[in-house]
Amino acid sequence: MPILPPLTPPQPSAAAPARLVLQGIGKVYPTVVANDDIGLTVRAGEIRAILGENGAGKSTLMKIIYGVTRPSSGRMFWEGEEVQVESPAHARSLGIGMVFQHFSLFETLTVVENVALALPGKPALDALAQRIVEVSARYGLPVDPRRHIHALSVGERQRVEIVRCLLQDPRLLIMDEPTSVLTPQAVRKLFETLRRLADEGCSILYISHKLDEIRELCHTATVLRGGRVTGECIPAQETPASMARLMIGKELPRCEHDAPQAGGEVRLRLAGLSHASDDPFGTDLRDLHLDVHAGEIVGIAGVSGNGQQELLRVISGEEPLAERFPVQICGVEAGRLSPGRRRRLGMAFVPEERLGRGAVPTMSLADNALLTAAHSQGMVTAGFLRFERARAFARRCIDDFNVKCGGPAAAAKSLSGGNLQKFIVGREILQAPRLLVCAQPTWGVDVGAAAFIRQQIIDLRNRGCAVLVISEELDELFEICDRIAVIAKGRLSPVRAAGDTSIEDIGVWMSGLWPGAGDTADAPLAMETPHA
Amino acid sequence: MDASLFTSMLFATVVAGTPLIIVALGLLVNEKAGVLNLGAEGMMAMGAVAAFAVTHESGNPWLGVAAGVGAGMAMAAIFGVLALTLMANQVASGLALAIFGVGLAAFVGKPYEAVALQAVPPIRIPFIADLPLIGEALYNQQALVYFSWALFWGLLWFLYRSRAGLVLRAVGESPASAHAIGYPVIRIRYLAVLFGGAMAGVGGAFLSVFYTPMWAEGMVAGRGWIALALVVFATWRPLRVMVGAYLFGGVMITQLFIQGSGLQIDFPSQLLSSLPYWATIVVLVAISRNRNTIRLNSPVSLGKPYRPDA
Repeated sequence: MPILPPLTPPQPSAAAPARLVLQGIGKVYPTVVANDDIGLTVRAGEIRAILGENGAGKSTLMKIIYGVTRPSSGRMFWEGEEVQVESPAHARSLGIGMVFQHFSLFETLTVVENVALALPGKPALDALAQRIVEVSARYGLPVDPRRHIHALSVGERQRVEIVRCLLQDPRLLIMDEPTSVLTPQAVRKLFETLRRLADEGCSILYISHKLDEIRELCHTATVLRGGRVTGECIPAQETPASMARLMIGKELPRCEHDAPQAGGEVRLRLAGLSHASDDPFGTDLRDLHLDVHAGEIVGIAGVSGNGQQELLRVISGEEPLAERFPVQICGVEAGRLSPGRRRRLGMAFVPEERLGRGAVPTMSLADNALLTAAHSQGMVTAGFLRFERARAFARRCIDDFNVKCGGPAAAAKSLSGGNLQKFIVGREILQAPRLLVCAQPTWGVDVGAAAFIRQQIIDLRNRGCAVLVISEELDELFEICDRIAVIAKGRLSPVRAAGDTSIEDIGVWMSGLWPGAGDTADAPLAMETPHA
Repeated sequence: MDASLFTSMLFATVVAGTPLIIVALGLLVNEKAGVLNLGAEGMMAMGAVAAFAVTHESGNPWLGVAAGVGAGMAMAAIFGVLALTLMANQVASGLALAIFGVGLAAFVGKPYEAVALQAVPPIRIPFIADLPLIGEALYNQQALVYFSWALFWGLLWFLYRSRAGLVLRAVGESPASAHAIGYPVIRIRYLAVLFGGAMAGVGGAFLSVFYTPMWAEGMVAGRGWIALALVVFATWRPLRVMVGAYLFGGVMITQLFIQGSGLQIDFPSQLLSSLPYWATIVVLVAISRNRNTIRLNSPVSLGKPYRPDA
């Protein structure tokens, strides 16, 4: 990967006060202390990372700075003067901009309308469109102000968010996990932009749990754990392992990954799968071929919005096909079978959305266990549910997968994202499937839990299960997969052994440019590509 | 069909469509902000009875309309407290409001049941009212008919050209995002709900003061529900609301003419009477089948309570 020029530390002038100082910031929610006595200093032109696991209090702290929530205690100084940020509008008037982890864009509005909503006063839309074009050209973030948000790829949406912030001339830019949806090349461009902003004197607070990114981008880092500051470091002088130790308070477990057993039977076969999406903004799948064998993990990489959702729906059975043969599960032509029938063939499924697809938010964990494991675990007798078995199975998932929760009776929505993901993965794995299909298995899960989930998936493979992983995190795919393919614009690339390819190659493929792609590389949905 | 029959049917169609347009456009604003108020029938009934009573006591129909607006807004405020401040379920609160409003209107309207008002003369617009065929039908109408047209144009401008309308649509699509960039979601929703109530009040006033200058229990006759359905089947687009309302009015008038004409047709009159309801819905469903249109125009957060985290 090309390396950015070495970091030049910001030149602090002794006379000027720090841009932002937090003293003793605390935030207490009814059941949890999210922030406790947090101190933080950001100088002009400094890029400071905020590191921490899920639930460490990073997002709460950023919301306090941006005025979305109020602190329970503590003081905040902006350029030497004490302030109480009353609202996001107030924060923006001070010069604080924020790019949210979950985009705060309005899908049915155009780019220029979205930007107008965040600016003070009543800018004329035409003049504003012109300014958007200028700013986006200056920072290498091309966006077309007239397009509707729903028609943009996630990378483009993020550019809109950033441009929206830049138009407010921020002096402090807060970025909450901005790279989770970008290709490696797009991440590189983003970093160049951020470096440029910092050189111009803008301070940046950068939240992430991708340690190598932080080492490359940030001058300084503050580590949070359990709502408290547990350390500060200069990332360039640390290793990812030493920062992970600061973050989780112990050594990061490594995944053990042996060579795959060769010659397993085909458990999942896509035989020329084509499917037109009935969603007007969806992606059509075009002639997909793929075999997943027992005892191997196959990964599918790609920038989201290139057909992953459609593919998952077709494999899981949510979207039945007209024909039987394109999807074959454990040797059965399953194209027209319902999700339940496919599960009975030995398939287990971890969807991307935990709440709503993977689990019913308001139902208990035991009830959620019943939803997918009822038949495989004998929870139904003569049409009657056997709740004690559901509870026992949920209890097993909780114990075996270290799920922190209030027991099998706890509602799914009461769990943190990482813990619920562990429960869902556990529920599927403990059914001893013959084929596991999982999407973004560690999305938004902290490093410790992510490593655990990956190890469980590898162990499952070692027991002879076939695994298909669809993920946007290349590091993850390279860590666990035996073979990797790329999906772009609804087409699937050739499958390569993970050892024979590299993150850079796959990154190029993600924009649709794989050998033999030919005419298919017309308009891939990736960030580098100028849009039509 | 002779020319005078056409003119009188067109006239009656416009009159029958007007209350639906006013109420449905109010509800459209309401729903664009993400709030589903099913209480339209009750708000209309209260608007109608308040307008009738005040017009009867004061002799001034415009004071009556003002009273209708006030009554509609008061009812909407009750809904707002329940659904926006107390975060009650919007569907349940709206249904309760509909039942409560219809019942309360019947109760307070008892003394006025046998009373008649003087008909309010229409306003004739010079010159264009002399146009053949359509002039008399369109330009010799009640002031509130002209108001409904002004409301339509004003709303088009407000929703798609003004910043306030942009904010309103943003709140209806994603209240959490709107809150995150600093808009007062609850206050904006209150204003939208009050506007919806005010328009329902005007619609009710039109019925009891201008359309049939009398008060009778149940005189709103399901128009609040039809207005609600119109908004949905029109995929939240003002022009389609307009088309749907006139379609409903047109079919209603046509079947009344047929029933009143003494034509010996072998068709049950009950089915004829139901014609406007299902004809409107069938046509609007047919034109709104495009998923793209629905996705671009429907307020995503419709009916979902929003609680800003403090």
